[in-house]
Amino acid sequence: MQKYLSFFRLRFSMGLQYRTAAFAGVITQFAWGAMGILVYRAFYEVDSTAFPMTFSAVVSYIWMQQAFLAFFTVWMMENEIFDSIINGNISYELCRPIHIYDMWFFRTIANRFSAATLRCFPILVVASFLPKPFGLQPPASLIHFFLFLITLLLGLAVTVSLCILIYSLTFFTISPAGLKILFTSMVEFFSGAVIPLPFFPEKIQKMMELLPFASMQNVALRIYSADMTNRQMFSAVTLQIFWLITLVSCGKKLCSMAEKKVSIQGG
Amino acid sequence: MWLKLYIHYISINIRSMMQYKTSFLLTAIGQFLISFQVFLGIFFMFQRFSNVKGFTYSEVLLCFSIMLLEFSIAEMYARGFDQFSGMVRHGTFDRILVRPQNEILQVLGSKFELTRIGRMLQAIIMFIYGISKSEINWTVSKIFTVFFMLIGGTALFTGLFLIYAALCFFTLEGLEFMNVFTDGAKEYGKYPIGIYGKRMLQFTTFVIPYALVQYYPLLYLLGRKTNIFYVFLPLLAILFLIPCYLLWKWGVHRYQSSGS
Amino acid sequence: MITMEHICKSYKIAKRNAGFGEACKALFHRKYEKIYALNDITFTIKDGEMVGYIGPNGAGKSSTIKILSGILTPDSGNCFVDGRIPYKDRIEHVRQIGVVFGQRSQLWWDVPVIDSFELLKDIYSISSSMYHTNLEELTALLNLGELLRSPVRQLSLGQRMRCEIAASLLHNPKILFLDEPTIGLDAVSKLAVRDFIHKQNQIHKTTVILTTHDMQDIEALTKRIILIGKGKILMDGTLEDIQKGNKNIDETVAELYRTYDI
Repeated sequence: MQKYLSFFRLRFSMGLQYRTAAFAGVITQFAWGAMGILVYRAFYEVDSTAFPMTFSAVVSYIWMQQAFLAFFTVWMMENEIFDSIINGNISYELCRPIHIYDMWFFRTIANRFSAATLRCFPILVVASFLPKPFGLQPPASLIHFFLFLITLLLGLAVTVSLCILIYSLTFFTISPAGLKILFTSMVEFFSGAVIPLPFFPEKIQKMMELLPFASMQNVALRIYSADMTNRQMFSAVTLQIFWLITLVSCGKKLCSMAEKKVSIQGG
Repeated sequence: MWLKLYIHYISINIRSMMQYKTSFLLTAIGQFLISFQVFLGIFFMFQRFSNVKGFTYSEVLLCFSIMLLEFSIAEMYARGFDQFSGMVRHGTFDRILVRPQNEILQVLGSKFELTRIGRMLQAIIMFIYGISKSEINWTVSKIFTVFFMLIGGTALFTGLFLIYAALCFFTLEGLEFMNVFTDGAKEYGKYPIGIYGKRMLQFTTFVIPYALVQYYPLLYLLGRKTNIFYVFLPLLAILFLIPCYLLWKWGVHRYQSSGS
Repeated sequence: MITMEHICKSYKIAKRNAGFGEACKALFHRKYEKIYALNDITFTIKDGEMVGYIGPNGAGKSSTIKILSGILTPDSGNCFVDGRIPYKDRIEHVRQIGVVFGQRSQLWWDVPVIDSFELLKDIYSISSSMYHTNLEELTALLNLGELLRSPVRQLSLGQRMRCEIAASLLHNPKILFLDEPTIGLDAVSKLAVRDFIHKQNQIHKTTVILTTHDMQDIEALTKRIILIGKGKILMDGTLEDIQKGNKNIDETVAELYRTYDI
């Protein structure tokens, strides 16, 4: 555990060093969120009855999405891992006394965690002080908040395990870049990054909610904005745990297959 | 003379790219997919809502497609600016300075991103769909409007990429915020700017003139404004290139005095 | 003719101590330190001369080369190359110089070498007749023949360096700057490159300024050596001036570095 913790510290202080980058990131995400909210306001003003969520729920959804962007975006993959697979440096990693899956897992979590902790607070603070309909609302109840934190971490773990599935798949493909781009655009869409899942037609939404992609950002963001009933929350958390276990075990399996492949072919 | 050189640059870029045909094809498809999800977002919103501030589905698609086309063209030929931070970081810009040609021409020539053709293809399909469904009464002035929108918008995005590149001379950190004005404009320019409210319209009229190439000419195109003045507004956006160019010049000057 | 008179150049660099706490501090406040890359540099180089410009890493070699090639403007001092101020009159100046950066390629990676050459022909507006004469001569002297048709990524480092040098000479420059041209090359390629540089200087009277860490390059090519350390010129003389007894050149230079504490 110690080695993972020190890795996290290293990442965090690297992140701090690039303060301008962090600051710019905050500004970018803030502008992005604000524009998104303005779009929904326009639609809301046209026909509020067709709105599947309350307006303030959408606003909270978007601010939380921007604040924890680093947790959930799939295009933010570890290029170092990709490169090491492509150029064969991964064989060095295999010599170290660490399981490659665990290492990737913690490394990705550490990266995303440090990026998000640096960037989330300014966004959260500013967003909660915005005037009424545009501001981030406090959570509906303490239980909601507690569940939000849990599902946020679960969602992060699901996202990371999905990303590692992609890293391992690159061992078996000729074009990692192509795989990455196909995967990224698909996941973004199904996870509710483009529009929140409730905005889809009901049948499609029901189906999408069962997919692993819905266990990423969708659950936490909607629990925070109190968009789910108790029953829905329960089944969403169960699904998250189910997908986490499934994805991790698939990933581990694939990873050990890849390890074998590397040791046979020499990378 | 410079045109001949530029064409030579493009040709060498394409020959380089054709060494990796699979990768080219996949990236082009990826470009298509990335903007396709934006399209799907619009599509599903309009399953629920009949219009947004009076703009129908096909009108929004028309608006989005023109913006996307402008962005793709600019990104295709001005990709060198977009990747400029790498040029400064790796010292490749030194090589440009020891050659007797205009620096901008050389930076543009360094990368011609043909893969953006995937995105252009999508823009063109949406454009055709939008036009066929929007019931526009075509006149010569409206054809010119579309044409001017494309020119003005491409110039505007080129200017923004140029600003990005110029800023690389001052800092290599924190340039992420420029994405708001390039990718963000492409992303949120999918809807007519008027829907974002009055203040946003003012900002995009007087500070960064997106509205000149998007909202106002669109109103003319859709027959909501009839003043011929609206046809030429997009061309005004070309003036935006002047401050961008001055910033670039300043940046080059600074690079030569700091050497990094 | 190249003259540098009292050239100074300083940089500002950000400073930060190691450690987590320091990183947090640097988030809010950043210290800068001013360092002198060049401190009162003066020398002249005559037409057709070959000069070795040596010194440890960070001594100011590349700053000098950058000023001479017009990339960098000094803080103070005068610099003239053929009567021109390089950084003032850059475009005209760079027509007359060739630059080889040993660590960076100027050739297009994925296309045959000849394609890069053709592009350079257009960049420097070289006339067809001059281009063909030069290409023929360079091909013969550097033994490029077959290489011209292969993509750069398939060439060995030595083959690539020969092509790089040819690329820098297609426009007949009067002055050639070579920044570590033999770095990483095998023995055969090194000899070929040295041999070529020597011939180029003999035939075309090209002025050559060579920076290198390889003292054999200096021994084989240049009579004159300029030693720079900590931004100052410490010595300007011939190889014989510094050589004592029958020590070899590496030992001689190492001793020189120790003497000046650089």
